[in-house]
Amino acid sequence: EPQASGLPEYIKIVEVGPRDGLQNEKVIVPTDTKIELINQLSKTGLPAIEVTSFVSSKWVPQMADHEEVMRGIERHPGVQYPVLTPNLQGFHSAIAAGATEVSVFGAASESFSKMNINCSIEESIERFEEVIKSARDINIPVRGYVSCALGCPYEGNVVPDKVAEVSKRLYSMGCYEISLGDTIGVGTPGSMKKMLEAVMKEIPLSALAVHCHDTYGQALANILTAIQMGVAVVDSSVAGLGGCPYAKGATGNVATEDVIYMLNGLGINTGVNLHAMMEAGNFICTALNKKTNSKVAQASFSTGTIN
Amino acid sequence: VVPTPVKINLINMLSETGLQVIEATSFVSPKWVPQMADHTEVMQGINKLPGISYPVLTPNLKGFQAAVAAGAKEVSIFGAASEKFTQKNINCSIEESLERFEEVMKAAKEVNIPVRGYVSCVLGCPYEGKISAAKVAEVSKKMYSMGCYEISLGDTIGVGTPGSMKEMLTVVMKEVPVGALAVHCHDTYGQALANILVALQMGVSVVDASVAGLGGCPYAQGASGNVATEDLVYMLNGLGIHTGVDLQKLMDTGTFICNALNRKTNSKVSQASCRL
Repeated sequence: EPQASGLPEYIKIVEVGPRDGLQNEKVIVPTDTKIELINQLSKTGLPAIEVTSFVSSKWVPQMADHEEVMRGIERHPGVQYPVLTPNLQGFHSAIAAGATEVSVFGAASESFSKMNINCSIEESIERFEEVIKSARDINIPVRGYVSCALGCPYEGNVVPDKVAEVSKRLYSMGCYEISLGDTIGVGTPGSMKKMLEAVMKEIPLSALAVHCHDTYGQALANILTAIQMGVAVVDSSVAGLGGCPYAKGATGNVATEDVIYMLNGLGINTGVNLHAMMEAGNFICTALNKKTNSKVAQASFSTGTIN
Repeated sequence: VVPTPVKINLINMLSETGLQVIEATSFVSPKWVPQMADHTEVMQGINKLPGISYPVLTPNLKGFQAAVAAGAKEVSIFGAASEKFTQKNINCSIEESLERFEEVMKAAKEVNIPVRGYVSCVLGCPYEGKISAAKVAEVSKKMYSMGCYEISLGDTIGVGTPGSMKEMLTVVMKEVPVGALAVHCHDTYGQALANILVALQMGVSVVDASVAGLGGCPYAQGASGNVATEDLVYMLNGLGIHTGVDLQKLMDTGTFICNALNRKTNSKVSQASCRL
């Protein structure tokens, strides 16, 4: 529903800190800490929290405790707890552990697909088809991610039509939502607009989300552009957890606190309590012994006030 | 305190990037701002390239006269949209500060020196909190009618968002033509580029920024302040907007000053690019 400003009245925030965020942090986080983080996030008003990934611990040691985490968290009513399921095996484990929503990850770049999961885009989609079919059989919603939507660490420029093509495949296979990821954060409002225009020809706006990385400081400007075009689902990570694996020392995910601050200022409802969000961010940064990547958190703790 | 040769080298390097305007120094008493004590040496020491403007701050008539004697060809004056901020910062009311500036304006007109006006606290004040857009418009209009060729609207503590930026500009643009407006956004809450984007969408085409995001926030210890010029140029390049600035040369300049200051850059573009 657009406001007089043309912006959505409500934006759904999908919190990816516990999965995408922690997966890209060097320190292996104890299971208890992960569970506590998710429990705190559940109290902030977030509608969706990506909990873990049912992937082989050989590939992603950080997510080795996926089952314990899934079983250990408090499940708040009205909050979704999606998990990543890269293949059928992962999907079955996820369901057995109590998952009620899953996600699959495609890419708009062949090189990225090969380097990341060792197969072509086409092959990866066939793999997901199995997952999506099984999910639909038992009424489990599936979210589809498309990586490298605004650029690829190997191929460089990515053509908007390719993003639209992959997105359309995932959507027609049965994904209820497609999250378009600027995986290396190279996008700008210019490329975001072009990419969304191409994708919006193939997929309804209400099924689109943006997953922006702040590696080049462009995330909030890119998110603003997306919401000006009507996108109403935004992924972000508490405290901006998760660096960029392709640019050592650089940042990755955009900080949820900074996104909420902007949306509050725009009069857009998210249901999320910024103060509670900052407390969860403070908790995990203390546990990880690292500084927050959220500028709002940095400024607020310095002044002792929340604006 | 940065050594004079470093300041001069920084400005000289910036002069090679394609930037058309570089704020060089401030002719303020070293008692108040020790960092700018070498204002005359800096002004006289830099290479002044043709086509580039090197404005300097002149808080009063005395500073103005010293600036002109040192070769300045453009000056700036700083007002604020908040009474409390003005009291705390320069120990007088907004009205009194404008009277002070009137003297500078008169003297500048006599020697054909253009004057840029800054308005601080346009989206919030560290003492008053919320600032009314009408107040910003009132102060901006006064400075513009006094003869400032451009008014730079400053989000001094970076609390603004695209929402408040839009609201403020809508009101100011009723009193000052958009062609005479600039935005000076701080990134203390990470909102700067989004705020700048909104300003551009409303027709503003002058943006202030600081290489490497130099300059923290004096009101929030450890927090960031100015938006990094590199990050701004990266965004504008992506939007197909021409700035004339060479991003690589800018990043090199940022690297130079950060090394000289023994500090990390605040520019994310710089941080990311170093590693790729």
